[in-house]
Amino acid sequence: MSAVVVYQNIFTRIQVRPPEPYPGVPLPRGDAAREGGGGFVHLFGRLGDAQVGPIYLGLLGVVSIFFGTLAFVIIGLNMLASVQWDIIQFVRQLFWLALEPPLAQHGLRFPPMREGGWWLVTGFFLTISILLWWARTYRRAIQLGLGTHVAWAFAAAIWLYLVLGFIRPIAMGSWSEAVPFGIFPHLDWTAAFSIRYGNLFYNPFHALSIVFLYGSTLLFAMHGATILALGRYGGEREIELIVDRGTAAERGALFWRWCMGFNASFESIHRWAWWFAVLCPLTGGIGILLTGTVVDNWYLWAVERGFAPEYPQLWAPVLDPALVQGAPR
Amino acid sequence: MRPLKLSWTWQALIAIAALLVGYVLVTSFERPPVSTAQIGYRGTAMQQLQNPRTVRQVAARNVLPEAQPPADPPTDDADKASAVYQNVQVLGELSNAQFLRLMQAMTEWVVPAAIREEGNGCNYCHNPENLASDEIYTKVVARRMLQMTRTINEDWTTHVAQTGVTCYTCHRGNAVPANVWTTFTDNRSGLVGPTGQNRVAPAANLSSLPYDPFTPFLLNDQDIRNLSTTWHPGSNPDNIRISEWTYSLMVHMSQGLGVNCTFCHNSRAFGSWEQSPPQRLTAWHGIRMARAVNNTYMQPLSQTFAAHPWGPEQYMNGPRRVGELHADALKVNCATCHQGVNKPLLGQPMLRDYPELGMVNRAPPRTAAAEPAAQASRN
Repeated sequence: MSAVVVYQNIFTRIQVRPPEPYPGVPLPRGDAAREGGGGFVHLFGRLGDAQVGPIYLGLLGVVSIFFGTLAFVIIGLNMLASVQWDIIQFVRQLFWLALEPPLAQHGLRFPPMREGGWWLVTGFFLTISILLWWARTYRRAIQLGLGTHVAWAFAAAIWLYLVLGFIRPIAMGSWSEAVPFGIFPHLDWTAAFSIRYGNLFYNPFHALSIVFLYGSTLLFAMHGATILALGRYGGEREIELIVDRGTAAERGALFWRWCMGFNASFESIHRWAWWFAVLCPLTGGIGILLTGTVVDNWYLWAVERGFAPEYPQLWAPVLDPALVQGAPR
Repeated sequence: MRPLKLSWTWQALIAIAALLVGYVLVTSFERPPVSTAQIGYRGTAMQQLQNPRTVRQVAARNVLPEAQPPADPPTDDADKASAVYQNVQVLGELSNAQFLRLMQAMTEWVVPAAIREEGNGCNYCHNPENLASDEIYTKVVARRMLQMTRTINEDWTTHVAQTGVTCYTCHRGNAVPANVWTTFTDNRSGLVGPTGQNRVAPAANLSSLPYDPFTPFLLNDQDIRNLSTTWHPGSNPDNIRISEWTYSLMVHMSQGLGVNCTFCHNSRAFGSWEQSPPQRLTAWHGIRMARAVNNTYMQPLSQTFAAHPWGPEQYMNGPRRVGELHADALKVNCATCHQGVNKPLLGQPMLRDYPELGMVNRAPPRTAAAEPAAQASRN
């Protein structure tokens, strides 16, 4: 009983630790062997499973890591070059540095390396790496006999990535429309993107994306809290409870039905969470793709559609001074 | 249940990490109380933030120096400075008393206290053997600056209204105003081409936005606007990187004036004039004023300043007088006058006490080693 009671914590206080690291099920014919024998880390056991490894690398994983590392290193070298190879400035200004996409005048042509060529090469390598990693998640799931839900969720994120860096720039006819690689620069880009296109908050797909983003956190909190709260009745054994509802599942369902009249089931809550998470980048990607290609100013678009509210004027209206005859320009 | 035992290394690492997080938290945020004043219609999030502590600091920074006792205007031509002294080119219409009063005030406003206290207040601009001589370049500069002050107060009432400006508005007792800029061209060679951004940009509140938004907008007349006036695509070629330049200038204005975006904009539609508070119109003229001042007065003095890059040779005070890259004169932006306050000197009408500044002659000075003013007219 005591072990079950103390399970209701943010950090798992139970160390799940077999005498020997568990190597996993035998791999199908044709798969490379897993690397390493695995070991235990006590701190990891506080957060999750104490066992680390063995890890499956395989051809897809190795090639993906290779291209990912290549992109990472090129970005780093470009950042280092942008501070004249000064290591101290590189460290101090790391969050400010960036590898910018090509200049606007190059359109979709391959630009000189220093005017965005490196960005294009890096984007190519990074995309290869991400797509191979996607194939890896898909293939690992198949080989283990799982469904491919993780791979498709990952694909939703890749959709948003490709819209930002590949599909939309091609639709706009210029690589310069893409996002820079850099910590603060990509955030500045995001803010400037919204400003340039007349306030993304009036983009309905942006709004949907936010609904699913915040909705995901809400669902995650509700679900996580429910399972932890049911821990004293074995509520964490969700899979069993899906097919054989015990007192934990009944109590959890009752709790939500009493609170809000409706409850998800032990199975459907995971579909809720999966769809909310996946729809966040899917709708967001649609919103980005429409921006600049179909709608150039979301605020004016919303005014025309009648859903940007009008507010009473508090001041005498200000006229655009540039339109006044004889004004300094 | 085994209690968690950490090695000394881990404990030290966790302690250091906690200290770092604490440091970042403490230095990132403004200590309360922060009060919010609503300035727009409810629900539009148009508000200005103020903190009584910083309000007190700002008030202390913007105390006016005591005005000199007033002086009578000239009674006849013989009383005019042009008749009393030689080589008086821009202050000739002042009476002798007014002339001396203004000289006294300017010394107090512009010459650093340390130099004044050594008894060298006048000598900062004048040769004590021959006060009429133009040999010290600071005198030549001061003449143009007097004309600039007059121009601002006379031609730019759209921005400075009747409050106007004096030397003190920018100088505050310093030979070089605290907030100035020079052109910083990004001409990187090598692996990475010029971008003009992506390093710590003090001009744009330490963001990674373009670090010299002043040269295109406050010296040249590059178009600041890049929002479309229709939702249909195809008419507006400006891309996101171009709007980052405008963004950088706007961040500078926000910082320079100590206000939020919503002081001048309804941020739901930055471009809409109909929804903007009237301050935006004042700011619009301010941009044009800074541009005109830089083109007419500051930039043409570049050669004069470049000949004395560290100020008058016998004093060598303050910062470098010209840019490192182009040897261009230090120029003005919004912060030069405003210094973090939406009305410089908290809107106190200092100019009213100095009618002498309204009597400056704006005819071209004879000895100013100035280049012809560049033209900047568009937007």
